[in-house]
Amino acid sequence: MNATTQPAIAVSRARRRLPAELNILLVLVGISLTFEILGWILQGQSFLANPQRLSIMILQVSVIGIIAIGVTQVIISGGIDLSSGSIVGATAMIAMSLAQVGTFDRAVYPGLTDLPVVVPVAVGLLVGLVCGAINGLFIAYTRIPPFIATLGMMVAARGFAKWYTKGQPISFPTDSFAALGKGLAPVFIFLVVAAILHVVLRYTRYGKFTYAIGANPQAARVSGINVERHTVKIYAVAGVLSGLAGIVVAARGLTAQAGMGTMYELDAIAMAVIGGVSLSGGRGSVIGTMIGMVIFGVIISGFTFLRLDAYYQEMLKGAIIVAAVVADVYRQRKRVKKS
Amino acid sequence: MVSPTTAAAIKRVLEATETDGLLAIEGIRKEFPGVVALDDVRLRVRPGTVHALMGENGAGKSTLMKIIAGIYQPDAGEIRLRGVPVTLKSPLDALEQGIAMIHQELALMNWMTVAENIWIRREPRNRLGLIDHAKMVEMTESLFSRLNIVLDPRAQVSDLTVAQKQMVEIARAVSYESNILIMDEPTSALTDREVEHLFAIIRDLRARGIGIVYITHKMNELFEIADEFTVFRDGKYVGTHASKDVTRDDIIRMMVGREITDMFPKIDCPIGDVILEVKNLTLPGVFHDISFSIRRGEILGLAGLVGSKRSNVAEALFGVRPAASGEILIDGRPVTIDSPGAAMAHGLAFLTEDRKETGCFLALDCLENIQSALITRSHVKAGFIDQATVTKLAEDMAAKLRIKTPNLHEIVENLSGGNQQKLLIARWLLTRPRILILDEPTRGIDVGAKAEIHRLITGLAAEGVAVLMISSELPEVLGMSDRIMVMHEGHVSGFLDRSEASQVRIMDLAAR
Repeated sequence: MNATTQPAIAVSRARRRLPAELNILLVLVGISLTFEILGWILQGQSFLANPQRLSIMILQVSVIGIIAIGVTQVIISGGIDLSSGSIVGATAMIAMSLAQVGTFDRAVYPGLTDLPVVVPVAVGLLVGLVCGAINGLFIAYTRIPPFIATLGMMVAARGFAKWYTKGQPISFPTDSFAALGKGLAPVFIFLVVAAILHVVLRYTRYGKFTYAIGANPQAARVSGINVERHTVKIYAVAGVLSGLAGIVVAARGLTAQAGMGTMYELDAIAMAVIGGVSLSGGRGSVIGTMIGMVIFGVIISGFTFLRLDAYYQEMLKGAIIVAAVVADVYRQRKRVKKS
Repeated sequence: MVSPTTAAAIKRVLEATETDGLLAIEGIRKEFPGVVALDDVRLRVRPGTVHALMGENGAGKSTLMKIIAGIYQPDAGEIRLRGVPVTLKSPLDALEQGIAMIHQELALMNWMTVAENIWIRREPRNRLGLIDHAKMVEMTESLFSRLNIVLDPRAQVSDLTVAQKQMVEIARAVSYESNILIMDEPTSALTDREVEHLFAIIRDLRARGIGIVYITHKMNELFEIADEFTVFRDGKYVGTHASKDVTRDDIIRMMVGREITDMFPKIDCPIGDVILEVKNLTLPGVFHDISFSIRRGEILGLAGLVGSKRSNVAEALFGVRPAASGEILIDGRPVTIDSPGAAMAHGLAFLTEDRKETGCFLALDCLENIQSALITRSHVKAGFIDQATVTKLAEDMAAKLRIKTPNLHEIVENLSGGNQQKLLIARWLLTRPRILILDEPTRGIDVGAKAEIHRLITGLAAEGVAVLMISSELPEVLGMSDRIMVMHEGHVSGFLDRSEASQVRIMDLAAR
C-alpha cells in the first residue's frame, strides 16, 4: 500500500562512505615502504623481502593479537579492558600446572600429571571466562566505570598468579600442550580466533548489539536490548580470549611465570586503537585491529632492523599510540562539525 | 468452526475494547526525588484514532509516555491493553506488547547503517543463523517505499541530517507493526513539507486501526491531525475532549489554568536607563533577529515553550555559544562578547538552567563554589588567592542569602536544590553584575525557597541590576516581570507589558 499520494519527500540519498579500514591499510603500506627505503639507505638491504624477519614479527604480535581481538569488541561497546595482561599471567600458571609431565618429580599437582591436553586448555579458558564475567558483572550491575573494574581485576589476577606457586615458575609441559605454542601454531590460533570474531561481530546479533551499545547505550536499551546482560557477555568473551593467550604464551615458553603478559593489555589496546577502533565506542572492526596489529609489529621489527635503541623504541611506541587516538578524536570532531 | 468458549473469549475482548479502548491508563503516579511528576493521571486511547497529549513544559507528558514505553516504572496505577492489565518492566516488554515509541531525543545508533538501526534485535538471518544484510536492505527498501521515504538503507546514520534521522526513527517505529504508536514531538526537527509527509503516514496508520498517542504543544498540529486530546497540567489530568468540539482558546485555558498563589508579588521600583540593547541577534538554524533592551532595575521575563530557543539566546549573550550576527550594546556602546570571560568583564552574570550539569561543582564545598566566578577576575595576587578576603565575602553573601548549611566547607552535593540555587546566585552576586541572566531560577525547588529567591531577584532589581529571567512557569513570569518577551521557535513572537499580560496571552504568543 502507499502511504501518501504526495511526491517523494525531501529526504535525499545519503552518500556511501569507503570502509575506514582502507585508510589504516594505507598507513600500513606507507610505514612498510618507509622502512624499506630506510633499510636500503641505512642498512643496504631489504626490510620486507626477508621471510625470517616477517615470520618472527607475525609470531611476536599474534599472541597479543588474540587479546587485541577480545579488546576490540570491548572497546566497540564503549568499554575498556585493562585486566587482559594479568589474566594471561593467571591462566598461564593454572594451565601449566595442569599440563606437567609425570617424569618431573616436583610437579605442582603430583597426582595430576600427564593429563590430556584438553584439561589444561579447558580450565585455562574457564579461568579467563570467570575473570571476564566478573569484570562484566561489576560494570553492568554496579555501574562502576570499566576502567576501574578492570583495573581491579588487573591487580587481583596478577596477585593470584604470584600467590599460586608463591612466585615459583612452572615448567615441563607435556608435548601435546607444548605443541600449542610450537612454530607457527600461535599464528594459526590467532587467525582462527580473528575469523570467528570477524563473523560474530559482523553477522550475528551479538555483534550488532555490541556496536549498538557502544554507539548509543540509551538507544540500545529502548530498542529492547538487555544492555546489562550483553555487557557481561562482551567482557566474558574478552576474558576467554585473554585466557587463550595465556595458554599459548605458556606453551610457547615451555614455562609459566607469574609476570607473564605484563603490559600486554596496553599493547592490545594500542593495536585496536591504531586499527581504527574508536575509544568512544561504536566503531571499529576485527579487520582494522588485524591491520593495527601488523602496523604495531612492523614498527617494532622495523626499529630493531634499523638498530634503534630499545629505549627509543618504547618512547616512539608511546608517541604512536597517542597519535592514533588524536587521529580518532580529530576524525570525530570533523564529523560533528559537518552535521 | 469456532468453539463456544473461544467465541465467548473473543466477545469478552471485543467488549473490553469497546469500553476500555486500546490503551487505558488509570491512576498513574510517578515520583522523582523531590518532585511528583505524575499524580493520578489517566488516558484512554481508542483504536484507529490519533490522541494528542497536550500540556506546558513539565506537565508530565513525556514522563507518562516513558512509562507506557517501559522506560520508567510507575509508583502506582494501572495500564490496561485491550482491557487486560499489564506491567511493562522494560522497553522490550513494551515492544513485545505492541507498543512502539518515537523518542523526542533521537534514539539512533550513530556509525551504524540505516537498515541496522531499523532492524536491530530483529535482523533477518539465513540458514546458518548469520545476519542476512542483503535481505535487511531489501526489507528496509520495501518499508521505505511503503512510507514513501527516499533514503539509502546502507547510509550511515551519522551522515544523515536531523530530519533524515527523524524519518528513520519514524520508519523504525512503524516497522514494529505495533498496535500503539507513541510520538513524542515528532515534528520538532521537520520542515513543513516533511511534517505533511509524516501526517500522511499517520493518517494511513490510523486507517489501519492503530492507536497513536501524539505529544505536541503546537495547536495547529492538534487541529490538523488529532481526533481527541488530553490535557495535563503540573502532572495532573485536566480533561479529554474531541478536538472538533473545542477552540484554541479552550485548550490554552485548560493548559494554563494554574492558580497564582504563593508567589512573591513584585515590588515596583524605579526603572532607569537602557543598559543592555540587543539588535538582530542571529545564530542560523537556532534563533533569528532577536532584538530587545533592558533597563536598569527592570526585570524582563522571557517565556516560550520547549524548542523556542530561549536558553540559546541567553547563552549567546553570555558568550557560551556566541551569535553569528547581530549587535550587543551595553550602555549604548557596541561590545563583542565571544566568551563568558568577556561577558563577565562587561558586568554580565548567567545563572544556567541546569544547576547540576552546568552550575554547581557538586563534589566541591560551598566556599569553592561561591568563589569560583569571583577569583577568575580579581582577588588573586601573584597567582595566589587572597583567601582571607574571599572567604569573608563568601561568608557575608551566604549569610545575606540565608544559605542553610552547617558551614561553608559542606560538600555542595549534600545541599537541597533551593540552597544549591542560592549558592549559585551568591557566586554571581559576588562579581557585582550589572546585568543578571537567570535561566529557570526556581526550577525543581520547594515553595519556600522559591519565594526567597523571588524576593532576592526583586531586591536586586531595586538596587539597579537589570534582570533577564527565563522561566517556564507562567505565574512566575507574570508575577516577577516588568515586561515579558515571548519566543516561538527561535523568533520573538511578541512583547507584553505587565499590565496587559496574562497566561492566556503568553500562551497565545508562545504556541502559534
